[in-house]
Formats: sequence, structure tokens, C-alpha cells
Amino acid sequence: MYIYDEFDQTLLDERVSEFRDQVKRRFAGELTEEEFRPLRLMNGAYLQLHAYMLRISIPYGTISSKQMRALAHVARHYDRGYGHFTTRQNIQFHWIKLEELPNAMADLARVGLHGMQTSGNCVRNISTDQWAGVARDEIEDPRLWAEILRQHLTLHPEFSFLPRKFKIGITGATHDRAAIRMHDIGLYMRRNEAGEVGFEVAVGGGLGRTPYLAQTIREFLPKRHLLSYIEAILRVYNQYGRRDNIWKARIKILVHDLGAEKFAREVEAEWAETKDEGLALEDKNIAEIAKRFVYPDYEILSDHPPELAGALKDAEFKTWYFNSVAPHRVSGYAIVTLSLKPEGKTGGDCTAEQMDAIADLADRYSFGEIRNGHEHNLCLPHVRQRDLPELWRKLEAIGVAIPNVNLITDIIACPGLDYCSLANARSIPIAMELTRRFRDLDLQRNIGRLHINVSGCINACGHHHIGHIGILGVEKQGEEFYQITLGGKADENARLGTLIGPAVPYEKCVDVIEDIVAAYIELRERPDEIFVDTVKRLGIQPFKDRVYATR
Amino acid sequence: MTSPLDQKLRIEGPVVITANRLRDGAVIYRTRQGHWTTDLDAALIVTDAQEAAALLSAAAAEGVLVVGAYPAPVEIAADGRILPGNLRERIRSSGPTFDLPRVPADV
Repeated sequence: MYIYDEFDQTLLDERVSEFRDQVKRRFAGELTEEEFRPLRLMNGAYLQLHAYMLRISIPYGTISSKQMRALAHVARHYDRGYGHFTTRQNIQFHWIKLEELPNAMADLARVGLHGMQTSGNCVRNISTDQWAGVARDEIEDPRLWAEILRQHLTLHPEFSFLPRKFKIGITGATHDRAAIRMHDIGLYMRRNEAGEVGFEVAVGGGLGRTPYLAQTIREFLPKRHLLSYIEAILRVYNQYGRRDNIWKARIKILVHDLGAEKFAREVEAEWAETKDEGLALEDKNIAEIAKRFVYPDYEILSDHPPELAGALKDAEFKTWYFNSVAPHRVSGYAIVTLSLKPEGKTGGDCTAEQMDAIADLADRYSFGEIRNGHEHNLCLPHVRQRDLPELWRKLEAIGVAIPNVNLITDIIACPGLDYCSLANARSIPIAMELTRRFRDLDLQRNIGRLHINVSGCINACGHHHIGHIGILGVEKQGEEFYQITLGGKADENARLGTLIGPAVPYEKCVDVIEDIVAAYIELRERPDEIFVDTVKRLGIQPFKDRVYATR
Repeated sequence: MTSPLDQKLRIEGPVVITANRLRDGAVIYRTRQGHWTTDLDAALIVTDAQEAAALLSAAAAEGVLVVGAYPAPVEIAADGRILPGNLRERIRSSGPTFDLPRVPADV
């Protein structure tokens, strides 16, 4: 966990006080809605279809048990008893009242949480691998660098009014669990030939109406130059990014129009002017921030303790273990994913009672630490393997030990038309029906790894372009229709899915997905050829034939 | 991105003037008496673009109460009840189309 200092706390307290005054002035009529709207958005408060929504940033997806209890408190006292973990390591409360918002923000500020830069044309929450610091395939914990960027870019005056919103993702692992290629800037920690650790820098990723994967513009950036290089990218974007057309304003359009090579030359030229000036990171500054990351005091333990071996004789525990537990970099420990994807419920929703219970379990079994990832699930990152059987029973009791992680019912879906004022169609009911249709766990396990992503409009908050199966809601003459894409991937071999044909109506959408999955089971070469590999091998045609032959 | 609220005013059938209440974001409708209500059945029905524009101007002048007023399509049921005219308005009027993790009464 990173421990905030008094400077962070002062900043949050002052921001709450400022916002309280802005709300007061709005109610008094001293501020018009036009004047007030950007001020509330700068604090993560949106007005949705039927209520205000408050989006709280969870930097690099790391939450303390104390923070989780504060989120439970906000859910219980200011909202309708639940919150929604999002695809960008944020949490949203969908029923906040403006008149109570300053108090909710004050309660969150006491534990270092806030909604700053969760909206607007600024650098948003910097996201990373939810297994950061504990994954076995990691070169280095990327959160130190995410924190350095967070500190530098929070309320940075030059980058608070960019042409459009700006998202940075960073991973230190070889396997990409954070969808890095879909970020405006994607950073991969790499080791060069001399053995030094630095960053591969990719720019121009983003989904939405015009999806692009980020392209690498620098193979290796020494760590000390991280801030100056990121600033150079932002400065080139700030200068040349389109402000005349919201659909062409993201950096992905600029990179695509200029070409990655020319864009890189612009960045390098800008960087050459500034890299040896004040932004070079000195070892002592890095050490100062690193010192505030407190790591657990792990016990010396062995892998596969007898308690675990005994418990694995229980078939249900075994199923959960092989689905939801991952190896930890420290022997004797494990990473446990908590599925927030129960059958027939909204994925990513978590009730206040669950949040409190998870906070208690984190204190008892995971050094008080919880993570959230872009798939709307949570994880306990430091669990002793010998505690897994006991923890499993407690997770089961609160409904988060569903062994469907990375299976067909582990669906990413945006809030869609049920909440969002931008949406054209519903997402959540489609995802809910899919979890019912594929409720049989044996069937899910037979299908194997399969990521379904659902978006309720072209803004693509459900990341449908990079789902193995992507579902995009559109509106045609007042009716909901859904376009289906196949073959997208979010990992280190990221690619965009291919549209299979005309959109299908709401009531047929789940049937169509069922047909596609049935076709896959018939077409796969062997049981362990996962869906997306079958699509890659055969293309979309056999699936297209199956879907449209009888429709 | 363009919100449906920013689209050009066009009246093709009966509409009501709707907005969100400033203090809590609740969906509200303009009444015949010039007040605001959360009850769609009490809303004033308008069929004319000019009249709708006048009501929107009046709503804009009450900016400390309401946010983002616009005309929303409605249908009149056989029994005279006013029904939302499309899915978006049905959801605004009745909430999400599935059960929430906890219903408000439990909180």
C-alpha cells in the first residue's frame, strides 16, 4: 500500500471545502448550470439518466480495508446500498444526491479517496495490473511509477484542458492483464540488453467510434526520463490534437493521421529540449516515493501446505481453487480473485455488506489490502495458501466465490441505457441473460476461456472491440439492436474484433451468442483450443454462416 | 460526444417537458400549473414546437431547480394515463429494467 502524506490530505481537504462552496453557490443561483457543470465533473460527479453518479478513483487498483469500509459507508448512507467497480479501476455510485455530495466527498477524503480527474479532458486514473507487486511474471512493481505519474499529473495546469480525456496504463508483467494497448499511453516495463529496467512506450490506443491499438514509439525509455517523456507526448498532443471535432480529438486520431513514426519524431524533438532539465527523476526522489509503499511482512512459508492438499479433495473447493487462485511471487502465498459476476446480477456491483465483509477478510487474510481489475472483479493479493480453504468458505458466504473467472459468464458490461445518458441500448440485461443461459458450470468449463464484452453505445465503455465476443448496442428506429464482433483480444497479443454482419434485435442477441458458442464447440480442433484461437484459425465466416443461415 | 439532450428540437407527437431536479438528480416533469412533479401522470402534454420552446425557456429561467430540460415523447393510454414514449424515457421514469442489488425501501 502507498501511504499518502500530509500534502495529499491537505489537497483533498481543500478540494472538498472548495466543492462545498461551489455547490452552495449553485443552489443560491450564483452559478449557472453551465458554469457549475465543469466544476462538478472535475470532482467526478456526472448527471446520469435518473440521478447523479459519483466516480471515485482507485489509483492503480489498490484499496485498503479502511478505504473499502469508507466506500461501504458511502454506499449505505448516500446511495442505495451498493457501488459498481468499473473497467478503469474506479468505483461508481449511481444514486448520489448533489445536496449530500460534499459530505460524501469529505467522508471519502478522510481515507484518501476522491473523484478528481475521473472526468474531463485531463489525465485520468492511471491503471495497472491488479496483480502488480505480487505476480510471478513481473519484472518490477509498476505502481511506484504509476504513483510518480499520479503525483506529477494531478491538477497539472498544462494538462488539465487537453483536447480530450487521456488514459495511461502501465504493467510490469510479461502477460498483459491491464489491456495496455487500448490506452492513450501504454507503458510496459522492459529490461534492456544491459539488464536495466525501463519502459516500452506505446501511444494512440483507444476504443470508441474509431478503435486503434497503441503503437510503440520507443522500445526502451530509461526510468529517470519517465516524466519528461510523458510530458513531451502530452505537449505534442496538446499542440496538434483536434479541438474542433470531439470525434477526432483523442490522441489515437493524431497518431493515426500523422503516422506513428512522424508522431514519435515530434515527441523525440520535444523531449530533446526538456529531458535534461528539471524533470529528470533523481534516485533520491524515487527512493522517497518508494519508501511510502509499504509491503507486507510475509512469513517464510512453503508452497502446497498440507491444509491445502487436504482441502483439494473437496470437489467444489478444487473447482474454485483452479479457477480463482493464482500463484504468488512469494512462496506459501496466493492471489485470490473474487468474482463479482453472480448469475442474473449486474457484474461489478458490490453491496455495502459485501464491501464491509471483504474489508474484514482482507484484514484477516490479506494484510488489509484489496485490488480491483478492469474486468470488474476484486482480488485479495496476499493470502497464505494454508488459509485458502477457510477463506473460500467465507467468500462463499458473501457470494463472491463463484468459480467463473475468465469463463463465459465473467462478462464485462458497461452500465448502458439503464443508467447512462449517452447509451443507445441496454448492456446489463444482455449480460444478465447470458449468465442465466450459460449458468451450468460444467458447460462453462467445457467452453473454457471466453471473454464477452458488452457496450451500450459506440463510446465502448464495455470494451467490446477487444472482447473475444464483442456486443455493441445500437438504436434503430427506436428499437435496440446489437452488433457482434469476434476475435478481439485485450492481452499482450491485443487485436480488435471483426464485425460478423448486420445487427440483431435485443430479443435474439443471447440466442445468437449461444449459436456462436455452439459453432465453436463443434469447430475447435481440440478441447483446449480456446474460442479466440478457433476464430483466429478459421476466421469469422463459419460463425457468420451459423448466425445468419436461419435468420 | 453528443448527448441526446443536445439534439435539435423537433416535436412529432405529444411530448412533456422533463428535466432532472438539481438537488438530487430525480426525473421531474413540468405541470400545467407551471410547477415540477415526479409524477408523469401530472405532466402537461404539449404537441406544438412553439409551446414546447416557451416552456423550455421558462424552465431555463428556473435554473436553480432544474437541469437540462427537454421535450420527451409520450403516449396516451386508452385509459388516459401518460406513458413514456420510448425506452430511454421509460427507464428515466421507472428506473433500471432489472432489480437493483438492494431496493430503496431496504436502505
